[in-house]
Amino acid sequence: MNHRAILAIYTHEMARTIRTWIQSVLAPVISTSLYFIVFGAAIGTRIEEIEGIDYGAFIVPGLVMMTLLMLSVTNAAIGIYFPKFTGTIREYLSAPVSPLEMVLGFVGAAATKSIVIGIIILITARFFVPYEVQHPVWMFAFLVLTAVTFSMFGFILGIWADGFEQLNLVPMLLITPLAFLGGSFYSISTLPPFWQTVSLFNPVVYLISGFRWAFYGISDVNVGVSLGAVALFLLACLGIITWIFTTGWRIKP
Amino acid sequence: MASVISVQSLSKTYRGGFKALDEVNLEVEEGEILALLGPNGAGKTTLISIVCGTVSPTSGSVTVAGHDIISGYRHTRSTIGLVAQELALDIFETVWNTVKFSRGLFGKAPDDAVLERVLKDLSLWDRRESKIMALSGGMKRRVEIAKALVHEPRVLFLDEPTAGVDVELRKDMWDLVRRLRDGGVTIILTTHYIEEAEEMADRIGVIDRGKLILIEEKTELLRKLGKKQLFLQLNAPLDTLPASVGREGLALSEDGRTLVFDYDTKAEHTGITRLLADVREAGIAFSDLETRQSSLEDIFVGLVGDNR
Repeated sequence: MNHRAILAIYTHEMARTIRTWIQSVLAPVISTSLYFIVFGAAIGTRIEEIEGIDYGAFIVPGLVMMTLLMLSVTNAAIGIYFPKFTGTIREYLSAPVSPLEMVLGFVGAAATKSIVIGIIILITARFFVPYEVQHPVWMFAFLVLTAVTFSMFGFILGIWADGFEQLNLVPMLLITPLAFLGGSFYSISTLPPFWQTVSLFNPVVYLISGFRWAFYGISDVNVGVSLGAVALFLLACLGIITWIFTTGWRIKP
Repeated sequence: MASVISVQSLSKTYRGGFKALDEVNLEVEEGEILALLGPNGAGKTTLISIVCGTVSPTSGSVTVAGHDIISGYRHTRSTIGLVAQELALDIFETVWNTVKFSRGLFGKAPDDAVLERVLKDLSLWDRRESKIMALSGGMKRRVEIAKALVHEPRVLFLDEPTAGVDVELRKDMWDLVRRLRDGGVTIILTTHYIEEAEEMADRIGVIDRGKLILIEEKTELLRKLGKKQLFLQLNAPLDTLPASVGREGLALSEDGRTLVFDYDTKAEHTGITRLLADVREAGIAFSDLETRQSSLEDIFVGLVGDNR
């Protein structure tokens, strides 16, 4: 294992975040805080409790998860797309680095950024709405699993993308709707039965449900099923990445 | 001498169907400077890219320092440094961080002394804290070279290293290449500048349309294919060559004002003394005398022309 290469890629990617911290850290924290102010503190006080939980507190896990998804995908996608765009990917390909090591470096850095920002958002949320965490270990486990899985998805997206437009298209047209319809702001049980069934095809439902369970002990779907769904998605992404590096798809002529 | 790179029946056909390499066989000897010449699109860059791992081969095999480039890629890639044709740098990074990153990527332990030496060798030391975007084109080229050297490779590929580079940097680069060779590094360079190959290389390979059409010691190549010519500028034009002067290798120019004599410098008798005596005897006066050695460029143009 070329651990020095993993560290080099990881540090290089983290340095990019620190260099652009306003865009990388401050922007998502501010935009999520606005959600808490509007939906939690302002409108939230007029909405009745959901399953015994204050509405402001109810949306915390969903909002954190939504930001985590978006950031993981975009961070990892830009991380690998940028070297492709500038041509510096050549150096990665000519270095004694295995595909796994490259993924560990890029995905590790992207996931770290998302986790750190996720935690900052959780702390910020505490200033606006009171909430509790019943299962902190599971909460953290879901945070890490989701960040890693969706960073992998972003990595695939970055390799696939031919231009900045495609890079923005998938998060905008796929991740945002899935996150909004995944129960960030409501419980799936409040939907009519037909839409409840449709929702079960949305992978984000499982993430938010599992994450919310770690906070309040309530969930739309069984926690085991949630974990299984994330693990399945993680394995699928891993499979696609292995295939990309075996065939050289979009990275090697 | 032992081969450090061995290329066997290497072919590459790109997805669009373009055949860039066709059954290339090549042995690169340890410690030599090999220059690969060839017109644009001949396959030079494809050959280098396959050895370095940035392009996948269609068929054939390559070993570097005894290891296969696919099954033993960790060994082969740590052995190789690549200075590619096109500049590709993270412009937001500083020079120091850029070279430090490259050393790490190649799995070498951090060593500031090595980075310092390489940066000083390339006159980049004073600019180590500068961001790449603030550097001139020539300086960026130096950074590319520094990146390829910080992991202390045994084999260095220079793909068109002096394309668009000013005279000073070109000279610096030639000096550096010689120093590296003296330190035991094997160097493979591709170039359009034939004088560069002539100046630097121990051996010369010519690639055209994906085939290696020739590989030869430079001096041997010049001797075999190079000829020397004697030019006599005549005072008065001649209509025909007088029979007493005519001989093999001698020709009269179209305007009748110059006698051109091809001769072999290595032969025991070049025939120059005899020719000059006969010219005087025939009463032909000349105002100037000049000799020219055919250059690699003449040889190259001849070879590639024959291959068309």
